[in-house]
Amino acid sequence: MENQVETICSFCGTGCGLVVEVENDKVSKVKGHKENPSSHGETCVKGALGWEYINSDRRLTEPLIRKNGKLTPASWDEALTLIAEKFSTLKDKHGPDAFGCFSSSRSTNELNFLAGKFMRTVIGTNNIDSCNRT
Amino acid sequence: MTVFGTGAATGSYDELENTDVILVWGSNTQECHPIIFNHMRRGIKNGAKMVVIDPRRIDQTKLAYKYLPVRVGTDIALANAMGHVIIEENLVHQEFIQNATEQFELYKKAVQSYTPEYAEKITGIPAEDIREIARLYATAYKATICWTLGITEHHNGTENVFSLINLALLTGHIGKYGSGLNPLRGQNNVQGGGDMGALPNRLVGGWNVDDPEGRKLHEQVWGVSVPEKIGKHQTLMLDAMEQKEIKALYVIGENPVQSDADGNHVQRLFESLEFLVVQDILMTKTAMLADVVLPATGWAENDGTLVNSERRIQRVRPAIKGPGISRHDHEIIQDIANKMGANWKYQSAEDIWEEIRLLAPNFAGVTYKRIDEEGGLQWPCPDESHKGTPFLHGRLWSKDVGMKAKFVPTDYQPPAEVPDQEYPLMLTTGRRLQFYNTGVQTSNYKKVKNAEEGLEIHPDDAAQHGLNDGDPVRVSSRRGSVVTKIRISNKQPRGLVFMTFHFPDQVSTNVLTNHATDPLAGTAEFKACAVKIGKHEEEYPLTEAQ
Ligand code: SF4
Repeated sequence: MENQVETICSFCGTGCGLVVEVENDKVSKVKGHKENPSSHGETCVKGALGWEYINSDRRLTEPLIRKNGKLTPASWDEALTLIAEKFSTLKDKHGPDAFGCFSSSRSTNELNFLAGKFMRTVIGTNNIDSCNRT
Repeated sequence: MTVFGTGAATGSYDELENTDVILVWGSNTQECHPIIFNHMRRGIKNGAKMVVIDPRRIDQTKLAYKYLPVRVGTDIALANAMGHVIIEENLVHQEFIQNATEQFELYKKAVQSYTPEYAEKITGIPAEDIREIARLYATAYKATICWTLGITEHHNGTENVFSLINLALLTGHIGKYGSGLNPLRGQNNVQGGGDMGALPNRLVGGWNVDDPEGRKLHEQVWGVSVPEKIGKHQTLMLDAMEQKEIKALYVIGENPVQSDADGNHVQRLFESLEFLVVQDILMTKTAMLADVVLPATGWAENDGTLVNSERRIQRVRPAIKGPGISRHDHEIIQDIANKMGANWKYQSAEDIWEEIRLLAPNFAGVTYKRIDEEGGLQWPCPDESHKGTPFLHGRLWSKDVGMKAKFVPTDYQPPAEVPDQEYPLMLTTGRRLQFYNTGVQTSNYKKVKNAEEGLEIHPDDAAQHGLNDGDPVRVSSRRGSVVTKIRISNKQPRGLVFMTFHFPDQVSTNVLTNHATDPLAGTAEFKACAVKIGKHEEEYPLTEAQ
């Protein structure tokens, strides 16, 4: 990966362009991206400094499955297989409209698209909403 | 903005620098969208008059040509009275109304009773000020209206938006450079989430779920049928969870237990689910209730596109790897789908984008390569030679208007809950600069000021309750109660108190707020609920104070 990457701010809907500098596989600095046609290089304090949360110790690093009431580390295969089985069983038992999806208005178009396709074609319901409707 | 068939800002940020009047209606733009506010600031330097319409005397009122301190939840009465004045004084754009709109007569009748004097009683704004601002807006050569949560987070939020659209239709302040209607989006991809069909009534690209043409296209591309029945929006899903109709929930990158109105209630509903999957970057209160938690990559780690508040499609790019064995959201969903019998073969975010282009005519001309080379493009962008669209609805000014824009008459209704003897104060919630929604992302970042929740209150209201700045106070509504600190503030009008929902670990503001919902859009009433306050005797435990 390069040590200067152009991207977009993750906070508000202004969508300012940012340049992320990377040192030793960590983000070291974030500044405004001058050529961005929406923000022309400007950022606010959130955009320039608020990204520290990505290093938070509350970050999830591995899948967790509830076992005996407690969330317990699991492999990807174990977690995803459990979800697929449980979703399939519940769909057979209660039908597709027993499902709902809250999709993220902080996430990419590609994620929101796939979440919609998943609910509509794999589960079979239109019960999906991006959480913040503002 | 169903009036025009799309829900998006009609203009571009740069237009704010080239306009004559900016109505900032229920939007604390300076704190919530600081860089859009910088565009407004430059507009003011260039001679634009900014009018701020807000219950609180927020900082940006200092730059305002005029500040209208509207009472919480009375925006429709104000907008209708402005419409009344514009019609009465014959400041309407006759030609535009005739050529490009429908139902003017209906609207005219609806606003007949909204004299400025009548509206003054409801809104608290002097009739003369209403007249002045109505004239200012109507007679401007170019004028634009911007709004955010302040307008939409009410039980009748959709109607609020119609009342503003009606003003633009009356005056022709739409479909021209420098004139427009601009909802400023709270989170970074609210626009994109909707454009991608992550909505119960819309497919990819804004097609209505029940539009035969859109359904056919989706079924061609996807090779399977699409359910016909319109789905449930967020609040209806919560109701269905209560009725035990919804038994399984897949939550991706959201924290509804903390961010939804009436938080205690929402937590109980989540606990009662048969199966809850939460996919997120951080351990949240919602994730703690899940049966399975999936670690996803986040900002600076993943690849894809976002759509901002001026409809610009932009690229996010990975700079670093995600922690541990976290994976990209779209890879996770694809794996679940394939384990359930699908046969998806996306190798990258770009592969997914290519499918989006097939389904969303407005996005068809945008490729990753174009974004890399030309920068972000504004939709509609129907083909690869198209440069994108800085402002919408120009067609309303052409000979070939096409579908006309409808006036949608609206009527003022009081907020779902108003103060009474037992709960004498009105509480509104909002954001402060530097914090972001439920604080999942920002509450542990070091350089923040005022990193502590507080109840902002007018000095006289505080004195009446025998409270001083910094005193611990218990705030109670009909739904719950929280303890916080008093912050005396001259921003507050009498009778109105203000809290944010940034620090759920300290104070769960949303246990107070009201579950009453806008029937059209499903936005809960965050903005107004009745509360009482009293001194809290115990030491307030500042667990997470920074
Ligand atoms: S830098 Fe500030 S104004 Fe720009 S998108 Fe980020 S939070 Fe919004």
